[in-house]
Amino acid sequence: MNGIQHIAEVFETRRRQGRAALMPYFTLGYPNPPLSLEIITAIAQAGADLIELGIPFSDPLADGPTIQHSTQVALEQGMSVKRALEMTATLRQRGLTQPLLLMGYLNPALAYGLARFIHEAREAGADGLILPDLPLEEAAEAETLCRENGLALVFLASPNTPPERLRRIADHTTGFLYLVSLTGVTGARSKLPPDLNAFVERARAVTQKPLAVGFGIATPDQARQVAEWADGVIVGSALIDAVRKSEKPVESAAHFVFTMHQAFASSSAEPL
Amino acid sequence: MSKKFGPFGGQFIPEVLMPAVEELEAAYNDAKHDESFQRELQELLQKYVGRPTPLFHAQRLSQSLGGAQLYLKREDLAHTGAHKINNALGQALLAKRMGKRRVIAETGAGQHGVATATAAALLGLECVIYMGAVDMARQQPNVLRMRLLGAEVRPVESGSRTLKDAINEAIRDWVTNVRDTYYLLGSALGPHPYPTIVRDFQRIIGDEARHQILEQAGRLPDLCIACVGGGSNAIGLFTAFLDDPQVRLIGVEAGGQGIESGHHAARFADPRLGRPGVLHGTYTFVLQTEDGQIAETHSISAGLDYAAVGPEHAYLRAIGRVEYTWATDAQALNAFQTLARTEGILPALESAHAVAEAIRLAPTLSPDSILIVNLSGRGDKDLDTVTRSLSAGEHSYGRLS
Repeated sequence: MNGIQHIAEVFETRRRQGRAALMPYFTLGYPNPPLSLEIITAIAQAGADLIELGIPFSDPLADGPTIQHSTQVALEQGMSVKRALEMTATLRQRGLTQPLLLMGYLNPALAYGLARFIHEAREAGADGLILPDLPLEEAAEAETLCRENGLALVFLASPNTPPERLRRIADHTTGFLYLVSLTGVTGARSKLPPDLNAFVERARAVTQKPLAVGFGIATPDQARQVAEWADGVIVGSALIDAVRKSEKPVESAAHFVFTMHQAFASSSAEPL
Repeated sequence: MSKKFGPFGGQFIPEVLMPAVEELEAAYNDAKHDESFQRELQELLQKYVGRPTPLFHAQRLSQSLGGAQLYLKREDLAHTGAHKINNALGQALLAKRMGKRRVIAETGAGQHGVATATAAALLGLECVIYMGAVDMARQQPNVLRMRLLGAEVRPVESGSRTLKDAINEAIRDWVTNVRDTYYLLGSALGPHPYPTIVRDFQRIIGDEARHQILEQAGRLPDLCIACVGGGSNAIGLFTAFLDDPQVRLIGVEAGGQGIESGHHAARFADPRLGRPGVLHGTYTFVLQTEDGQIAETHSISAGLDYAAVGPEHAYLRAIGRVEYTWATDAQALNAFQTLARTEGILPALESAHAVAEAIRLAPTLSPDSILIVNLSGRGDKDLDTVTRSLSAGEHSYGRLS
């Protein structure tokens, strides 16, 4: 089974169960490399359906203060692309079965060598890539390499994406379509954007592929609401905030993800 | 409009900005061919900015160097004291035409911030300037000027707290407020179409200089020199001469404390750190670690203290049309003093890098050769930095004479 199939299977299973997939984001190496492995292992056991693993970059321009802070700390702890790939492999060796998506900015991947990066990502056990500064127009080479390696290349769409472009992005994305809930950077928000449901419906009209919504989703209530519209819910900054504020980061992360998981379960109209 | 210069350039940006750059490209193409837009811009450049700026034959400096005849393109005499106003006015007019009420910009030395705040005041636009906290400390006068002009200056405390981080924050603001905000990028970098737009608004420097040297000396120059941070003043000067193969073009990067020290902003000079990569939406030469993290840069001049270079410069270097070299902090300081004492002009420390290269090269050239230096800005903003560096004793006044 390749990465694209692995991701498809999880969404399909959840769809059959009538509930959305929960996809936490966590920064590899935060607050330090061994602890981040423990945290990710714990959230995998607490109800994550897929996991997005952040590869730290010095200039994360799509990220708000929380994720900026986490990547900065991770870099100070000696994180690199090479270590991120090694840690991905370690997570697989520890028995994580969920699809793993590596999220990173383009430059570290280019410096590593795009072909080498994509090949080794798959070797390490990753199922897909999310590259927020690689729009469709610049992605031809990455698309080919990902296809050859059986890795999903997940594209993002945002609320201001025009209809024709949304269709093209949906055609190209593999694994799922990442809907950025708002025009803005990552980070917890007190309210969901008012036009989010309409945005998800616009995307639904142009593709059969799973739709996962991220950016700004912080609370179980918000997640439950989004889960009613979309096939997947991505939660990042709020999870990192929970870890940052806690004296028991592993337990706090697991508790946070479990709470989110429960929120979906109770929203489900269908029995699990 | 091509999105790339050879392999360099492109649009490596979050999806949310794609509609914005497409809207910008369409609006710019429209404005470019609209006579009333061009007329309005020309009139402002003439009556508000004070263009054309003079091309001045620096005879005492030429004589003392004993070689080429140096001509200074006096962008320092443009309103607000640097070439930045050419682009800021052009883009602010464009923003207004696009119906955007709010402009944001990054600034390093503060010259682009001042130019943007000025254009925004003139055209009645709301203006927010992002500036690294380190740069705010070393360019205080410009911070005060921006605030007096009615702009809000937001200190940037992330990363190295210089130009790179100011651009990160400006982009984050743009991502958030993309529907009503115009990002007025200050140099020939960033995602397409910015490198092209900025070049087009700055090429008036070279167009004027070409005309002026033909008038004054009766022939084209042998050499044109400009400093290169992002590279807008350089591309502005060079563009007019690209099709004249007999004119040598030299860009001068910030050598900081020397290339070997690793503390510099010379993207082309240091193969350990300077390699093609992506920063702020464009594929170009970027100072970076082996792991692809953006490297910390150093220059005495805030305006050159940046990890990436405009993509067209990467291309012009690759095809061999423009040569790139560097000058250190010390050489720039020496050039600053030399120009002050021989010609009565205090150049911006950025521009002093170009002057330094001219001082180095002129004696090797014959007295009938002609060299144009782009004096991209004036040095008032740098008095504090210069005074402190000189009193620290690193670069005594006496070394010059």
